[in-house]
Amino acid sequence: MALLSFALRRLAVSLPSLLLILIGVFALLQLAPGDTVDALLAQMGGGDPVQTQQLRTFYGLDAPAAVQLGRYLWRLVQFDLGFSAIYGKPVADVIAERLSVTLLLMVASLWFAAVGGVVLGIIAARKVHRWQDVVISTVGLLFYATPAFWLGLMGVVVFAIKLGWLPAGGFEEIGSGKTGLLRALDIAHHLVLPTLTLGLIFLSIYLRIMRASMLEVSTLDFVRTARAKGVPDGAIVTRHILRNALLPLVTLVGLHAGTMLGGAVVVESVFTLPGLGRLAYESVIQRDLNTLLGIVFISAVLVIAVNFVVDLLYARLDPRIRVKGH
Amino acid sequence: MTLSRRALLASVSAAAAVAALPKFVFAAEELKKGGVLTVHLASEQRILNPALRASTGVYIITGKIVEGLLDLGPDGKPVPVLATGWTASPDGKTITFTLREGVTWHDGKPFTSADVQYNALELWKKHLNYGTQLQANLEAVDTPDAHTAVFRYSRPMPLDLLLRALVDLGYVVPRHLYEGTNPLENPANTAPVGTGPFKFVEYQRGQYIVAERYDGYWRKGLPYLDRVVWRFITDKSAAAAALETGQVQLSAYSQISLADIDRLKKDPRFEVSSRGNDGNTFNNTIEFNHRRKELADVRVRRAIAHAIDVDFFIENFLYGNGKRATGPIPSLSKAFYPGGSFPYAFDTKKADALLDEAGYKRGGDGTRFSLKLVPVLNGEDVPQFATFIQQSLAEVGIKVEIVQLDIAGALSTIYKDWNFDLATGWHQYRGDPAVSTTVWFRSGSPKGAPWTNQHGWQSEKIDSLIDAAATETDPAKRRALYADFVAEVNRDLPIWFATEREFISVTSKALKNHHNTPRWPSSSWHDTSF
Repeated sequence: MALLSFALRRLAVSLPSLLLILIGVFALLQLAPGDTVDALLAQMGGGDPVQTQQLRTFYGLDAPAAVQLGRYLWRLVQFDLGFSAIYGKPVADVIAERLSVTLLLMVASLWFAAVGGVVLGIIAARKVHRWQDVVISTVGLLFYATPAFWLGLMGVVVFAIKLGWLPAGGFEEIGSGKTGLLRALDIAHHLVLPTLTLGLIFLSIYLRIMRASMLEVSTLDFVRTARAKGVPDGAIVTRHILRNALLPLVTLVGLHAGTMLGGAVVVESVFTLPGLGRLAYESVIQRDLNTLLGIVFISAVLVIAVNFVVDLLYARLDPRIRVKGH
Repeated sequence: MTLSRRALLASVSAAAAVAALPKFVFAAEELKKGGVLTVHLASEQRILNPALRASTGVYIITGKIVEGLLDLGPDGKPVPVLATGWTASPDGKTITFTLREGVTWHDGKPFTSADVQYNALELWKKHLNYGTQLQANLEAVDTPDAHTAVFRYSRPMPLDLLLRALVDLGYVVPRHLYEGTNPLENPANTAPVGTGPFKFVEYQRGQYIVAERYDGYWRKGLPYLDRVVWRFITDKSAAAAALETGQVQLSAYSQISLADIDRLKKDPRFEVSSRGNDGNTFNNTIEFNHRRKELADVRVRRAIAHAIDVDFFIENFLYGNGKRATGPIPSLSKAFYPGGSFPYAFDTKKADALLDEAGYKRGGDGTRFSLKLVPVLNGEDVPQFATFIQQSLAEVGIKVEIVQLDIAGALSTIYKDWNFDLATGWHQYRGDPAVSTTVWFRSGSPKGAPWTNQHGWQSEKIDSLIDAAATETDPAKRRALYADFVAEVNRDLPIWFATEREFISVTSKALKNHHNTPRWPSSSWHDTSF
């Protein structure tokens, strides 16, 4: 029950910011010169003025901006995200088609980054200033400094073009007719490079945080006490240090859920994955206001949800942080 | 189609086996049935209906599924597709098309003159870009029988103009699916039904479109290919990688980067050329806003033309793909190209002299005046050309500030707000100057229509030449009118078409019978095979 009321309270706090975000994005797109009909005319290579006017009416662009925003918010209250100008169908359907790809990519990358970061961070902290630490920290720094698109393209050049081990792009093999486990394996095969590309930067951040945090916690009094009690080394690391050292990492993972949605734009473009990031980019270029607002809305909800889970995790990792305390 | 290692090994051993056989086996094998052609597309279209949207991005998909009344033959002349013959009345106001018999839509219903009537009056005349202008004087389409369509115009319609324009603007979609609906919202717009060699199967947004062989196709025994798959790859480098790994076998309309195009030229697996693209030429433009007093002076416009070394730009930025244009009608448009050369050769001394003569002396810092340049990002070469213009004009004392906007923003800034001094982008020539070229020069276009005369420039002489050519039914006289038009434009230089270019296709050499007509990427691919 406490959990439910906590969730509801969090939601109530999030609603105004959600509204502000939506209005902000709407205003930003109004400030950008050109509307979706200009983008359409660019795509079709021109058209006459009467036709242009017809299309503006068709897309509901003939009303003043305030009226358009009012219409949008009113529809949103009724859980209607509107109609996509690019795809000619409801935004909810368009997003539903794309959401799973982005979620899959995000979850896979976050897992990869978090697990890899924790493991490497522990090793680096345990062997601090030894060669293992130096290697891990240097490689981590290298990945941190490399832009994702370059990493992705190099991955394609090496593993797809030169070696032929992995596909150069796409979500799955087209028209292969695979189902069940085979299809899952095929998708996994296609997602190896994108996951690594998106995950490596975060992995390098996590391993640095983890290393620093491990080193810091291991100097605290309770660790010394545990050592003095004669707790075995392995148990000190896992039960005493790790659990406490994980807290800053969990905070970061929560924050990065949003960043990852942004990073997904690049990775999805390089690997031609049909995800939300590319859809967002396309909607900006095509000035497809409804779709863009829909994506912002769904992304905001996602980030809020992830941070909610992070809050629950805090309580689990450190009983001192109580759910009620928030 | 991913080329796995196993498949590669299998094909290597198969090749070895074939190599052991005598040569004539190859000849017998040529143009065999089967195979999947995967095509790269850089952007997704909102609707897949060529009777509503005239653009190469739509044709490259729907041209295989939906057919038009005619297409261009290998020699560049219109050849029959759904229309088998055409005649014009002496006054040029009535044009009669005989339609092909025994053609069925993919849903099994017969194709008749009623379909043509509906498309002409309800789609081409009312919604199709450039079609609305072309068919503005179309009053009625009579259907005396199921295979005759009589187009009746209120003013003379030159037959050669109509035929050349209908190649792009004459696609026919089924009346029985569209009648009584709002054509813009019809579900068939994203699941097209046509009479073409391939039948629409599936459209996965953001991923791919699939079409398969239509067994009831009227060209018996065709097409050769089993399927055509179009893959959306927005990133240019990723598209080049997809070509190199064999995931796609064709990328047309210069959709990968010029650097990659140049690199793949040296790759023996690909044919990289503009063959089969001469029906779709385009130019790099420089547009002047004549509301600026400096630019209203023809000497300043000529000076700008003298100041820019177009050949250098083509050689060094376009990897030599293109040539200097000699006027608003491209040299590949054989029916109208008047020949001659561009009157304003690269000569910075002359440019300086003209600017001095116009009264714009260099100031203390060497600058005469400043201009705002808005590039319309049709292609990757446009921002490069914008920078090239900026640097070239700095040499002659004109300071240029480049305003970076995305394409929708640039179009509305130039053609709706008139908020520019110079603009640069592409002009696309569509077979006949009357389709999409003369609108750049004809005055009176309402504000807001992109790629029309929004430049504050007007010449009664050019207006009357354009109008006369649009209704002149004698091809020789039309040709003469357009030669006058080119001479006038070159004299006044209201807009400057600086380069003349063709699109480039990258095609796997495994493919046969490709790029064998002037607008091949848009055509039906009925005879293409592996």
